[in-house]
Amino acid sequence: MGEFRMPSLGADMESGILVDWRIKPGDTVKRGDIVALVETEKGVIEVEIFESGVIESLVVQPGQKVPVGATLATLRTDGRPAETRPPVAAAATELKTAAPPASALVSTPPPPKSLRPRISPLARKRAEELGVDITTVTGTGEEGSITALDVEKTAEHAKPPAAAITPVTKGLDLGAMRRVIAASMARSKREIPHYYLNSTIDIRSALDWLAAENAKRPVTKRLLYSALLIRAVALAIREVPEVNGFWIDGTFKPGDGIHVGVAISLRQGGLVNPAIHDVDKKTLDDVMENMLDLVNRARTGHLRSSELADGTITVTNLGDQGVESVLGVIYPPQVALVGFGKIIERPWAAAGMLGVRPTIVASLAADHRVSDGHRGGRFLIALNRLLQEPDKL
Amino acid sequence: MTAPTEREIREVVLRALGNVAPEVDLETIDPSKDLRDQIDIDSVDFLNFVLGLHKGLGVDIPDSDVAKIATLNGCVGYLVSRVK
Repeated sequence: MGEFRMPSLGADMESGILVDWRIKPGDTVKRGDIVALVETEKGVIEVEIFESGVIESLVVQPGQKVPVGATLATLRTDGRPAETRPPVAAAATELKTAAPPASALVSTPPPPKSLRPRISPLARKRAEELGVDITTVTGTGEEGSITALDVEKTAEHAKPPAAAITPVTKGLDLGAMRRVIAASMARSKREIPHYYLNSTIDIRSALDWLAAENAKRPVTKRLLYSALLIRAVALAIREVPEVNGFWIDGTFKPGDGIHVGVAISLRQGGLVNPAIHDVDKKTLDDVMENMLDLVNRARTGHLRSSELADGTITVTNLGDQGVESVLGVIYPPQVALVGFGKIIERPWAAAGMLGVRPTIVASLAADHRVSDGHRGGRFLIALNRLLQEPDKL
Repeated sequence: MTAPTEREIREVVLRALGNVAPEVDLETIDPSKDLRDQIDIDSVDFLNFVLGLHKGLGVDIPDSDVAKIATLNGCVGYLVSRVK
């Protein structure tokens, strides 16, 4: 018997609210099917299942909030008849060891129940309202249990007052999203020894090729320049794979593919970085189509769980905002972020001649525990070379 | 079928803009100023805008004509000349 659990949709997710089921008992599902809608700080996410089988029971009802790793539904796999549920103690151990693949990315699994702090229901409610992590609260109640007053004290010390009065909005909770970004970025700057490299790239060939290509295409097949950048990043990763993957439990785990996370700003504010899968194996047209689809779904709140959980590197292009260059903050547990600035015409000396060329500054922020400036430099050289031959992207 | 009137075209343009930037009060747009200076739109939004015009009017706007649709008035004028 298989269990479908609350997935981790990012290193800082602790729990999610089941919004709705897309399945019912008796339904046949296959790996990759969207089976549930889950609300997180990043909006409502379409969650895919990792196993194929027949749904046996729905354990969690819409509206319930459950921690990452909790069983949401059970299913029979391989057409075998349902087995009886394992004893409770065994199930608890399984919870810690047999998390879905996405959870492997999380370096801090949810603590076992016995280590949970003692806390009153009122205090837990206050902690949720104030966005206080209860593991950071010192309890002063009976046997060290946490009281509502303890939570409020912690909130006062830990957060600027504005965060505490953020109203909880329906759907996308921007206050909550901002807290998640804050936690993730603070962790990045606290733990990751970043190094930064910049390289100015002559982008004329790429733009000329793009203009000629788009002139031949109908508007529905048009390519955006950022799709070229994403493809070039993926191909450069093949040459310098140390920038692609995760730092987990003190070691580098290479990515299981080149899944490029694209930093997408949301109109209401906030940021998500869903991934385009296997960019190195896709055509430029497929990457373009995926990117447009991803941006549109991110902005309407229809991202899928696998997209949010498994980016192996992140690309951010702030050129549209007039930014000249980006010194990025790595999204943990990833180990690198590639940034692009706006296209600027500059005087450019090449082959003894001075001319004017459109240029961009490409930057690499990388984790020094995994790679060194020398290899990072090789990455930017590869990126530059690839962008000089856009017809091969 | 008769070509859409200027007023109908303006409505399609505003609807396409509203779809890419739903938070914008379309009444406040200065029709003679660059849209991208007034609305926070990136290259993906702009492509969606051009796709919206294509869907609404069947006009395929080449990249080389993008400068002609930079303002609301310019965009409507350009589309009027294209749908004739």
